[in-house]
Amino acid sequence: MMRKFGTLALVLPALMLAGCEFGSKTQTQVGPRGSAMVQIHDTSGMKKIDAVPAPPYPLTPDMLTGPKASATYQNVQVLGDLSSEEFNYTMAAITNWVSPDDGTVVNGGCNYCHNPENMASDEKYTKVVARKMLQMTRNINSNWKPHFAGSLNASAGNAGVTCWTCHRGNPVPKYNWSASLPDPKTIAGNKYGQNAPAQSVAFASLPNDPFLPYLEGKNQIRVQGTSAYPSDHVVSIKTTEKTYGLMMHMSQSLGVNCTYCHNSQNFANWSQSRPQRAYAWYGIRMVRDANDNYITALGKVWPANRLGPAGDPKKIFCATCHQGINKPLGGYPMLKDYPGLKGAYHMGPADAAPAAAAAIPVAAATELTKPAA
Amino acid sequence: MAYQNIFTQVQLRGELEPGVPLPAGNDTRLGPFGFTYWMGKLGGTQIGPVYLGTLGIASLIMGFIAIEIIGFNMLASVNWNPIQFVKQFFWLALEPPSAKYGLHIPPLAEGGWWLMAGFFLTASILLWWLRTYRRAVELQMGTHVAWAFASAIWLYLVLGFIRPLAMGNWAEAVPFGIFPHLDWTAAFSIRYGNLFYNPFHALSIVFLYGSTLLFAMHGATILAVGRYGGEREIEQITDRGTASERAALFWRWTMGFNATMESIHRWAWWFAVLTTLTGGIGILLSGTAVDNWYLWAVEHHFAPAYPPTGVVDPATLPGAPK
Repeated sequence: MMRKFGTLALVLPALMLAGCEFGSKTQTQVGPRGSAMVQIHDTSGMKKIDAVPAPPYPLTPDMLTGPKASATYQNVQVLGDLSSEEFNYTMAAITNWVSPDDGTVVNGGCNYCHNPENMASDEKYTKVVARKMLQMTRNINSNWKPHFAGSLNASAGNAGVTCWTCHRGNPVPKYNWSASLPDPKTIAGNKYGQNAPAQSVAFASLPNDPFLPYLEGKNQIRVQGTSAYPSDHVVSIKTTEKTYGLMMHMSQSLGVNCTYCHNSQNFANWSQSRPQRAYAWYGIRMVRDANDNYITALGKVWPANRLGPAGDPKKIFCATCHQGINKPLGGYPMLKDYPGLKGAYHMGPADAAPAAAAAIPVAAATELTKPAA
Repeated sequence: MAYQNIFTQVQLRGELEPGVPLPAGNDTRLGPFGFTYWMGKLGGTQIGPVYLGTLGIASLIMGFIAIEIIGFNMLASVNWNPIQFVKQFFWLALEPPSAKYGLHIPPLAEGGWWLMAGFFLTASILLWWLRTYRRAVELQMGTHVAWAFASAIWLYLVLGFIRPLAMGNWAEAVPFGIFPHLDWTAAFSIRYGNLFYNPFHALSIVFLYGSTLLFAMHGATILAVGRYGGEREIEQITDRGTASERAALFWRWTMGFNATMESIHRWAWWFAVLTTLTGGIGILLSGTAVDNWYLWAVEHHFAPAYPPTGVVDPATLPGAPK
């Protein structure tokens, strides 16, 4: 009896500590042997890829010709370069993506943004936001091509985003962030922005709002020194934890582990990193651009119910598009059906970021991506 | 079979043993209080006698203050909610000051409590070290335990005091908290380019794992020859007897050579002491002498070179966005 009890006392904690995860796994080696560069996925726990809605109706080549939307309709500031028929088609698709009238959205349908009496009117804030978002979409698709450079659709020009990539049938994308309230001045209720089981950093005790410091503005994310020896490069461990928190967000947003991008021999070393790290690097800058120059730039257009607790708008991060999958929507080339969303940016001559420059070197493509918002 | 269980099979019951008399100047001891079956399963079955003494009482008071500061700060961080305190306990922390304060004394709510907790905890630990030293001397033992404890204190002081002083910033120190200190550790390795390329970290791991191996080998050996009186190790240093003979032969035949009843304890002591001694050196050198251990390893030709992937840092390309 005592022996059985003793065995149990030994085996039980061992089992509890083992962290066993049952079920079949898939493994993909992504780097040199012995470097732990392997992606392990629990097949049953993998995020399901959402179905992509079919176009509202077929877009035939003859629909791309004919009078421009800018000539047919009034106050068409972004999509005016589309034919009227393509414009209508695109509007129908956007309605399905963002405010469908199938009963899932209150006041869904065209009137979510438009005054049915005067479709050209900007009286509804949603229309002003939608216009900005169309500009943002076109900016992303034409000026942030390096983020999509790893896509199989890149060569056909169909790598990029549509409204659906984020919205998925919701007026506000399900995955978004806004600044958390500042810490209290005393110790009561003060977690110093960390030390909480926060989903945003995969339930680590890391700083759980890495978005405010790193997904807007231009703060330096890198923490390691480029010299073996101490230099004027001073980055504290606390700052490192913030970067770590951002990386946890990226990891779980894409459903991948650290070695999807990095060789953990040295996280900072680019020549040992996978190309995915470079795509992610552009992704971070793309997100900053979208947050700073489009979403935050809308300023007072946002009504109070679209703001976070600290009074800033709900912004995007990696999870907004990726939603747990390394390639949003499984890499489905959705853009092929919506050429109107690929278009170059049309704000004014000062913002002319030549789409042609998006070739090589990739960084040059985004050189001028600073639209006056 | 009697010696192959983790629970002690033999429990002595007899007259309570108050221990050897001590020279004048020592306080009176409390107890002994009696026997307990369950303590006897793991170790000595007698409870007490307890010796408090000046150093012991001072240390306990200091330690109590430190634990209270840490605990109440954690409780405050969940708005004094005891249920949340328990639920979130592993995540909670008392954080060191933020980097902007350098080595200055920050307001209480911004790291001042951390500094105070650190002071009292350090005072408690150092007083307890003095106690281990003085108790050993009074019992006319060697001071081996005190010096081994000192090695652990060295690592503790490097992490929380000496290295922050050298870096000129309290923010470099470790937070008090279960997960927070583990996150700190991971971040520390990332910040300094991968701590596995720190040779002193490597030595520390060798001695740590070596300690566990030696411990297992020694414990197994003594239990295995327990039927011949193998646990009477000290006598067998000079008078080997059949238990030592058999154990020595066993290791000579399975490992190639053997320790003696004396040397095995020296090995174990040094392995344990060197774990924290080398570990402390490794931490102290990070950020002060070496800022990126990976690059240091490349410079010293011991980092394995994998085939380059051809990926270029986008920030170095012309016209890169910020």
